[in-house]
Amino acid sequence: MRREGSPWTGLWAVFFKEMADHLTGLRMRILEGLILLSALAAVYTGTQTLRQTVGEDPYLYLKLLTTAQDPLPSFVGFLSFFVPLAAIALAFDAVNGEYARGTLSRILSQPIYRDALLFGKFLAGLGTLAVLLLALFLLVVGLGLFTLGVPPGGEEMARAFLFLLATLAYAGVWLALGLLFSVLFRQPATAALAAIGVWLFFAVFFPILTDLAASALLLQADPFDPESQLRQANLALWISRLSPNTLYAETLTAVLNPAVRSLGPILITQLEGAVLGTPLPLGQSLLLVWPQLTGLFALFILLFTLAYVAFQRQEVRA
Amino acid sequence: MAVIETRGLTKRYGRVVAVEGLNLEVHEGEVFGLLGPNGSGKTTTILMLLGLTEPTSGEARVLGLDPMREPLKVKAKVGYLPDQVGFYGELTAWENLRYTSRLLGLPEAEAKARIEEVLRRMGLWEVRDRKVSAFSRGMRQRLGLAEVLLKRPKVAILDEPTLGLDPEAAREFLELIKGLKAEGITVLLSSHLLHQVQEVCDRVGLFHKGRLALLGTVEELAQKVLGGGYEILVEAGPGLEAAFGELEGVARVEAEAGRYRVLASRDLRSELARVAVERGALFGLALRRPSLDEVYAHYFKEVAHAA
Repeated sequence: MRREGSPWTGLWAVFFKEMADHLTGLRMRILEGLILLSALAAVYTGTQTLRQTVGEDPYLYLKLLTTAQDPLPSFVGFLSFFVPLAAIALAFDAVNGEYARGTLSRILSQPIYRDALLFGKFLAGLGTLAVLLLALFLLVVGLGLFTLGVPPGGEEMARAFLFLLATLAYAGVWLALGLLFSVLFRQPATAALAAIGVWLFFAVFFPILTDLAASALLLQADPFDPESQLRQANLALWISRLSPNTLYAETLTAVLNPAVRSLGPILITQLEGAVLGTPLPLGQSLLLVWPQLTGLFALFILLFTLAYVAFQRQEVRA
Repeated sequence: MAVIETRGLTKRYGRVVAVEGLNLEVHEGEVFGLLGPNGSGKTTTILMLLGLTEPTSGEARVLGLDPMREPLKVKAKVGYLPDQVGFYGELTAWENLRYTSRLLGLPEAEAKARIEEVLRRMGLWEVRDRKVSAFSRGMRQRLGLAEVLLKRPKVAILDEPTLGLDPEAAREFLELIKGLKAEGITVLLSSHLLHQVQEVCDRVGLFHKGRLALLGTVEELAQKVLGGGYEILVEAGPGLEAAFGELEGVARVEAEAGRYRVLASRDLRSELARVAVERGALFGLALRRPSLDEVYAHYFKEVAHAA
């Protein structure tokens, strides 16, 4: 049955309201504080290390983002840890919270479709994260200008923006997951726990499992046949790429380190004529991570679609 | 003209029937009451009228529009106050209505004027900058009605509007509902607080297990269920039971030591008085409109007996 009227009616009203809620909410303040502190710490140690080598590296700012010094991880390491948490924190009570407050039927009785509510909430979460990431990034670059005293290059900035885009896609995956759980579970606490459970699984247990799988696969390979070993190694890599964390990590590796030429096993014959250690142009790096980026986007569209379908089928009454 | 019309409207959740074969007509400008115990299908009916739940079969027309096909047009003209209406507690009353006005797509200046108008009308203008989390149940309910009026609706659907209000707040709220009627807004309200419904509704429909069991004015229902639309209390000499019972239009006479309770299909006060005076003495005579409570209790007793 065809319905009349645009599903986008009211989208921007929802978007701005939710965005304002996020930006003024206590939850976001806490997250901002946490992320800011850790980013500052990471950048501080990064600059301490880099100061000694300024002038030797054409991609100084990318190094600033990725340099780690024990016991602190790099800025990028911090982000990949906090971004999923922030995304989940923004989305886990998006829909069930409306049920709990008794506002859902009131909002849906206004002349809007459910589509507008869900899209608006999702876009507001993504927008909030984008603002947060951009602010953080500019802060880091600004600090870098102060402490290193070298202006960033054009390609460096292009790579950095690509990094932001990839981070946003990664955040989108967790935002969509949080949204899905907020539709599926009536209790916000259950939804939050479930989403954090999934995040923990991919952050902690999945790498262990893939390691186990990889060694098991390697045992199956014929020790005297390099080709079968390569096949098994590729299979293990493929399995590990089922996790959004792997996809994101690989994207970052290639985008932030121009010297990276391959994200998998590579044969010595393929390196013939290559000058090792020379940086790839941006376009080539982008080509390298294209599948990973596509995978991230696909995953987030899939999760969002699931949330969308589940929400459309849900009864309005609590 | 029928503002709300349903034909064979049915909703099933799996094997559970929520509403079955509902045929209903609500006329322009009337206050119609949906009555029935909890879980008898009142809210489901309302949600189907708003296009928020898809009927299993049958059809509904609200203001001549199909709520399944043109829900936006229906929802633009129909105000809905859900039961246990909720607001965003961290926002003020004004901000909550501002959000609604944005969802309605009202232009800025118009929205501000309308918000002020409805807040003043509901007596909430003084507390417009207070967070809704600090509001009492009665204030929330009035804010809900303010939101309904923000739309300038042709139809207002109110689901259990007085539930959980203290008697004073409930009385005030009923006055507000009467105000809607005076303005020409058609009101559909669901409730199980019968004396309140009786006070404001022109017609009522009694729901039982998803079906519309009875429909009509309170007098008509009393006629149907109690066998008499008028209840007359007579205090007179003893032994008049049979004489009263012979009068035309009397459905039932209950006697108890000189006090008689006569159920009749019309106002028989003068006839009863004459009979009483002819045969003895008349001490008192009073007409009582039958209460919906009685109709309701009687009907469900009958249903339980029949089952």
